[in-house]
Amino acid sequence: MEILMAIVIGILFTCATYLMLSKSILRIIIGTGLLSHGAHLLILTMGGLKRGAVPLLGEHAESYVDPLPQALILTAIVISFGVTSLFLVLAYRTYQELGTDNMDHLRGNEANE
Amino acid sequence: MNNIVFLPVLLPLITGVVLIFFAKKTGIQKGISLLSSLCGVAAALFLVQYISKTGIQALQVGSWKAPFGIVIVADMLAALLVLTTSLVGTAVLLYSFRGIGQEREKFYFYSIFQFLLVGVNGAFLTGDIFNLFVFFEVMLMASYVLLVLGGTKAQLQESLKYILVNVISSALFVITVAYLYSIVGTLNMADIGRRISEAGQPGILTVIAVLFLVVFGLKGAIFPLFYWLPGSYYAAPIPVLALFGALLTKVGIYSILRTYTLMFPHKQGYTHELLAILAILTIIVGVIGAIAYWDIKKIIIYNIVIAVGVIAFGISLMNQDGLSGSLFYLIHDMIIKAALFLLVGIMMKITGTSSLREMGGLIRIYPVLGWTFFLAAISLAGIPPFSGFAGKLLILQGAAEKGAFIGMAVVLVSSLLVLYSIIRIFIYGFWGKEKTYSPPSHIHVTKLLTPAILLVAVSILYGIGTEFVYPFIIQGTEPLLDPQIYIDAVLKEEG
Repeated sequence: MEILMAIVIGILFTCATYLMLSKSILRIIIGTGLLSHGAHLLILTMGGLKRGAVPLLGEHAESYVDPLPQALILTAIVISFGVTSLFLVLAYRTYQELGTDNMDHLRGNEANE
Repeated sequence: MNNIVFLPVLLPLITGVVLIFFAKKTGIQKGISLLSSLCGVAAALFLVQYISKTGIQALQVGSWKAPFGIVIVADMLAALLVLTTSLVGTAVLLYSFRGIGQEREKFYFYSIFQFLLVGVNGAFLTGDIFNLFVFFEVMLMASYVLLVLGGTKAQLQESLKYILVNVISSALFVITVAYLYSIVGTLNMADIGRRISEAGQPGILTVIAVLFLVVFGLKGAIFPLFYWLPGSYYAAPIPVLALFGALLTKVGIYSILRTYTLMFPHKQGYTHELLAILAILTIIVGVIGAIAYWDIKKIIIYNIVIAVGVIAFGISLMNQDGLSGSLFYLIHDMIIKAALFLLVGIMMKITGTSSLREMGGLIRIYPVLGWTFFLAAISLAGIPPFSGFAGKLLILQGAAEKGAFIGMAVVLVSSLLVLYSIIRIFIYGFWGKEKTYSPPSHIHVTKLLTPAILLVAVSILYGIGTEFVYPFIIQGTEPLLDPQIYIDAVLKEEG
């Protein structure tokens, strides 16, 4: 199971890297979204994918899955959610002010002062 | 009583929250944030004095035993850096009162300023690797907003790039923590250190150590990963730039220092050698940048890169002199970079340009500014009575002890070129033919100059009082040389 997850996460990272190397801002932001998906799945996988009950003490199970990675992922998700929304609004503002979404046209800051 | 350790984080956090309610009342905002900053300096001073008496303080948040809960660990290294942060924060705040402008002040500038301090102080004090990630994000998110606040075209364009780089490095940080967790099964830094030393750092942990170097190198602008810094920092307004230049990259360096001394000191042949090579290349690239430009802001920005290289080189030596030199130089550099950015900001306000070719003769009209800049310049280069000297001397001694003569030569030559790059600003900007400027009538040079003079004075005292500061520095390097001291202090209830 871990091997399958590792391959899927690898594919996610590949797509993210490819998208982030492209020119349009929106494609780059989609790339960052895929990158954080990959990172979150990686925490889950690295914490171990053994069988066990959900981490609720009311379940009275023999064994539970590791609760720590789930807490880490939850933290990382809200952080990347916050950053992504800021990034999207910033891309929108940049499009309004500078009239382009091409990273190649966003060069030469001295000229813009 | 032990809770005092958390005060440097709590104080700016509460202040930041309170300031949200007074968004449009700039007078109240200034009063509250100044009061809080002064309290912050007092608390940090108390913390340094408290730790020098009682040793490392580990505060277990919520009284959970050490490896299971989050620990806040204040050793002398963290306490000294928190004190420096508070001093720099106060000076930059005083400058912002005159230098940032109404339209930014009304849009939560001072709140976000405080949140940046929360992130920086938290990153220095935490004893948990994931908590370090969270404090990094607090700091970075505040820095995104500070960088883009005001919304000029250059700011929008550069903050896009800055955010992208940091999103990638944050994802890498999460990935690295995931790998590390799967191997050692803990997040507490002392516990990680203990388990790695028990396992004797097998190959996979060396890979993780290098991944950490990539992550923190991206934050701290080390050689192949520094390319985002010049452009992004160039776009920021001066008080924000002073804050970034003094604090942000230094948190990356501190994290390298902490992880490489506490967690991965066992296979130095590979990791520390790599760090040394990258550090030397960082210095070379920084020097090339610093002497290539005729733009005063760019020159100081590249000087940040040089200093990062020098400190990283000191860390890579891993002996008493190298580490204490790094710590000495780190504190010096935080203070002097903030001072230099403020001084350059005043020059730009007077002349209305940042190009050195369009300046000249400022010393006749502004002698105090000129001589303050001169003092700051020679302490940056490390002329003996001033503060840059002792740190570099110790790093050189450490390098000689280790036989790292190429690094030694590069550090020495870089000092000379740093002096050249910075004295060029003095010669072309302050001497030479007077040029006519039409200074905007509303600038108050004296009031802007006060915080810069304050910082330069602190830096000079730091240089003259080396003998007084040295015991603190030695105490700061003890847990770096012998991580067992740190581990025992954090995990004491178990043993």
